Amino acid sequence: MNEWRYWFAEQKATLTAFGIFLLMFVIYTANHPAGFTANVVQTAANKGVLLAFVAMAQTLVVITAGIDLSVGMIFILTNCLASWLVLGTPLETTFGVIAVLGAGLACGALNGAIVIYGRLQPIVTTIATGAIFFGIALLLRPFPGGSVNEDLADALTGRLFGLVPTSLVALAAVVLVVWVPFTRSVYGRAAYASGSSEIAAYMSGMPIRRAKFLAYTLAGLLASVGGLFLTFFTYTGEAALASGNAYTLFSIAAVVLGGVSLFGGKGSVIGAIFGALAFRTIGDLLFVFDLDPLWQPLFQGVVLLIAVSFGAFGLFRVRNRLEWFG
Amino acid sequence: MSDVTSERAPRQMPNFMRRLDPAVTTAFACIILLLAFGSFYSTSFLSPEYLLQQLKVASFLGVIATGMMIVILLGQIDLSVPWSVAVGGMMACAAAAFGPTGEAFAIPFGIACGMAIGVVNGFGVAYLRIPSMIITLATNAVAQGLMVVYTGGFSPQDSATAAMRYLATGDLLPGIPNAVIIWAIVGAAAVFALTRTTFGRSVYGIGNRERAAYLSGVNTRRIVLVAFIVSGGLSALGGVLLAGYASKAAQSMGDAYLLPSIAAVVLGGTSILGGRGRYLGTVAGVILITLLQSILAVMQMPEAGRQITYGIVILLMLLLYGRAPASR
Repeated sequence: MNEWRYWFAEQKATLTAFGIFLLMFVIYTANHPAGFTANVVQTAANKGVLLAFVAMAQTLVVITAGIDLSVGMIFILTNCLASWLVLGTPLETTFGVIAVLGAGLACGALNGAIVIYGRLQPIVTTIATGAIFFGIALLLRPFPGGSVNEDLADALTGRLFGLVPTSLVALAAVVLVVWVPFTRSVYGRAAYASGSSEIAAYMSGMPIRRAKFLAYTLAGLLASVGGLFLTFFTYTGEAALASGNAYTLFSIAAVVLGGVSLFGGKGSVIGAIFGALAFRTIGDLLFVFDLDPLWQPLFQGVVLLIAVSFGAFGLFRVRNRLEWFG
Repeated sequence: MSDVTSERAPRQMPNFMRRLDPAVTTAFACIILLLAFGSFYSTSFLSPEYLLQQLKVASFLGVIATGMMIVILLGQIDLSVPWSVAVGGMMACAAAAFGPTGEAFAIPFGIACGMAIGVVNGFGVAYLRIPSMIITLATNAVAQGLMVVYTGGFSPQDSATAAMRYLATGDLLPGIPNAVIIWAIVGAAAVFALTRTTFGRSVYGIGNRERAAYLSGVNTRRIVLVAFIVSGGLSALGGVLLAGYASKAAQSMGDAYLLPSIAAVVLGGTSILGGRGRYLGTVAGVILITLLQSILAVMQMPEAGRQITYGIVILLMLLLYGRAPASR
């Protein structure tokens, strides 16, 4: 009984995110002209999964009390790279996928190296590296174009057994391969610990530098998985500045909706995934209610503003005003 | 370039001579290096006309970076600059469409809209304690959404008023563009506010340790709110000037100012953690960034190369002197 209550307290934020998503998705499908069919679910999943990957990347960094404003640009860069490399025979395609993921890892490692070993602030560092990544993306694709191995793309964006969207299965697989080992390792625990109190973690002899470096590096990897999937959905590569900025912004919104604390040390990737899916569904609600798409940016901005303002409720519990200054 | 240093020299010089700030010195050394490098490319690089033109272009960034600097001195950041600039320009042009009364109030109205964004930012940061980079990103998104709805997704057709064009392109004193004079006034006001008023002392105090400033009886929340309002207003003023320069406002006119304004402040030696930094450094940073942009343009570097060079230069300069202390 007690065990169960602890588990519930720990997972409250994730469960809330799941609840918001469920509610929004029910409203969405109930008002969708086609209703709750495999096709509607597949389209929604494919759109949501892209943001979910980027939000996962953001979560890893946010847990260490950092922030990565270059995730959107890594996403765009790997999209452009994939539109050159993920082509041809199965063997060539495999090497292409590995190269794209490696590029993502390298981008993340660059961020991590500068932030941790260069001791610069994460915000400025990732804004600057974001500019570099976007510049490289523009070099790769000055104009939208390129192509991708369509067999692989169709396989990964279609449905498994005609029912389950493959992209969701891929998302679950990435969670199992990247997130679960990370949290169970010493580094995962050190990442959480350094997010909630870096001094305490340092005093306890935790490997905080390596943990943070790993968090930034894996964030790059996850963003590149997102970029790979973007290529599978669109069949092309495009260096779109607006799209990169939007994904960075939405990843923060998803992380906040998913109950990950921006001050670090709290939350999980699972919550962020549901936050991402919920955010996408909220954005799409406008379409099923037949509102002008011009209102979508404003609507998403207001959702983000409200979501971040919810974090302020903790202030009402503060007894001593000095706690404001943490 | 030398004009600006001599303009600010009376107040800054004695201080500046006594303890040379390594960051400011490095920034000015880099400016001289860039000028020398640029003069290899083209002999007209060192001509007074060209330098004055650069100073005029720099003054738009200078006005925006002034607001950014005050916010960064607090240890916060304002990521809503892109759409504060756009809102300032667009709303001023929109007001101009309402006949003579509208024209008269165009500039104050544009600035007021920017200040309104600043109010939301400041309220969120100071009273709701939301991390500044998050709340300013959110208000940026809302401002963008509002402008998209207002314009219908196209660039607005209203054009800038004669007064806006005069401020941005005219010259009151022969030879010195008005934009530069505005930057000088804004800069002088900023120097005065930061060094000679309780507001300035409080800003540095909060940036160093907010808890200590609060315990010393500073109304920290009001200071933070005011700083964000000033930043929003100055971004909008930058937008008004830019709209006057181009004689109309555009959707993405502010996008090119976020990274440069942060970079100018940080390259000028202002600590991104707050509490440390001088306006002279920001002036150096603004001129440095503008010259860098200009040289890259003269070299006909494509957009991709410019972005990469930008990022690398900022990272390298920061690694030179912007690092956090090693000890914990």
